[in-house]
Amino acid sequence: MNSFYTYFAEIFRGLKSLLIGMSVTGRYFFSPGQIVTQQYPENRKKLKMFDRFKGDLIMPHDQNNQHRCTGCGICETNCPNGSIEVISDRIELPDGKKKRIIDKHIYHLSMCTFCGLCVKTCPSNALAWDQTFEHAVFDRSKLTKILNKPGSSIIKDIE
Amino acid sequence: MKEIINLPVHSIEEEEYHINMGPQHPSTHGVLRLVVTLQGEIVKKVQPHCGYIHRGIEKMCEKDTFQQIIHLTDRMDYLSAHINNHAVCLLVEGALGIEVPERVKYIRTIIDELARIQSHQLWWSSFGMDLGGLTCFFYGLRDREHILDIFEESFGSRLLHSYYTPGGLMRDIHPNFQKRTKEFLKYFRKKIRDYDKILSGNIIFTERSKGIGTMSKEKAINYGVTGPSGRGSGWACDVRKKFPYALYDKVEFREVLRDEGDTYARYMVRMDEMRESMKIIEQLIDNIPEGDFTAKMKPIIKLPAGEYYQRVETARGELGIYCISDGNKTPLRMKFRTPSFVNLGVLDIISRDMKIADLVAIGASLDLVIPDIDR
Repeated sequence: MNSFYTYFAEIFRGLKSLLIGMSVTGRYFFSPGQIVTQQYPENRKKLKMFDRFKGDLIMPHDQNNQHRCTGCGICETNCPNGSIEVISDRIELPDGKKKRIIDKHIYHLSMCTFCGLCVKTCPSNALAWDQTFEHAVFDRSKLTKILNKPGSSIIKDIE
Repeated sequence: MKEIINLPVHSIEEEEYHINMGPQHPSTHGVLRLVVTLQGEIVKKVQPHCGYIHRGIEKMCEKDTFQQIIHLTDRMDYLSAHINNHAVCLLVEGALGIEVPERVKYIRTIIDELARIQSHQLWWSSFGMDLGGLTCFFYGLRDREHILDIFEESFGSRLLHSYYTPGGLMRDIHPNFQKRTKEFLKYFRKKIRDYDKILSGNIIFTERSKGIGTMSKEKAINYGVTGPSGRGSGWACDVRKKFPYALYDKVEFREVLRDEGDTYARYMVRMDEMRESMKIIEQLIDNIPEGDFTAKMKPIIKLPAGEYYQRVETARGELGIYCISDGNKTPLRMKFRTPSFVNLGVLDIISRDMKIADLVAIGASLDLVIPDIDR
């Protein structure tokens, strides 16, 4: 008689536990409260990433097409994966001194691990993160970017 | 005719045969290959084969400076990336004798515990999914999104942060960090009750987890099973209690221990650890002192020649880093004692004579992260 009783008690306890679980799912089914799913491709116009989001490395230029990069190469030595190449030239100033300016600041997005060491260690704050995140392209060569714009020069007071 | 009758009959239950579970199997959560020896449906032996996602992180560390090593440790146990970073930072700071500011210690402790909660949330989701409850997966990931948003706002990325540097932090926390964290704690206190209702008391779940994969305390110690898996067997192995780092000696929390040692005990340890982590965050979040977010460090870090060892408690167990330095800016040798690799070793012993469906439950309860196994 006792085992008979425990057998049925077990069945009812099991049913009760299932109903408790289903009460939770039922509550969300009938009153979802807040819908958390983002309708991604439809909302891409409104979608705004956080300001600190590490999407893409850029070199900010001002309205005169001037940047802050001195071509020192600290970002290149600090990059763990070799995704930054700085190609610099030496030009002769009118007073006879030689000065280094960047020719190309090449950034390989395909090799970048977004560790942020280049932005952190840059002594003149020439690099920053952009908030773009749709990096898919059809050709791998498009992921190699030249960060300084053509014809750009360095802001005067940066040394 | 008589000879035919006397031939021994081989049924499929008596003969042993091998099947591959993985490398592409949804319940191994990655590229882990288990060669399972079966007798009928009974598991007789499990042989794990590692190396499908081996990237040579230990070797790569030998060419990198100590700041660059940080971003490699993210990629070992990606679910507790912050805690892995913390281990390298503590190693460097301990070797150089640097005292980090009090603010850094507070922030690091809070973020470590947030990382632990989100790791356990993902484990809870996938554990439910492995046992056939897809609802758990949606609910767990929905709540994990709140922590990932906190991370994304302050550190710029959701999974691989590289936020700690030797001596401090990459940048200061976002002004919204405290507010968002407090909102999350309030939110998650309610939601964790749902977790218990859906899975912890469920008759199907308890039948499939109680008494399955029992690991005694001796076995846990012999095989070095640390973390929640070891504490489910009653072994007090929490590095936060035994060798406190950051602020763990100042906050109050309970080391969750259970004596049963089965899958259900390991499950309950993790559920309670989420509550303990919330308790730790609540003690610290209002008291973050003002100050610098990094100590003064030289741009090139050179450790004095010698051997160093540092351990931290990740969401999966004890992570140990053994480092030999010869005085250069790169280490001569780095060795990671990762928790998942050691915990994998006990899988064969505790899943013997269980059904093959139980192997899925046992593997999920050990909470293996495959990149952590292979490095």
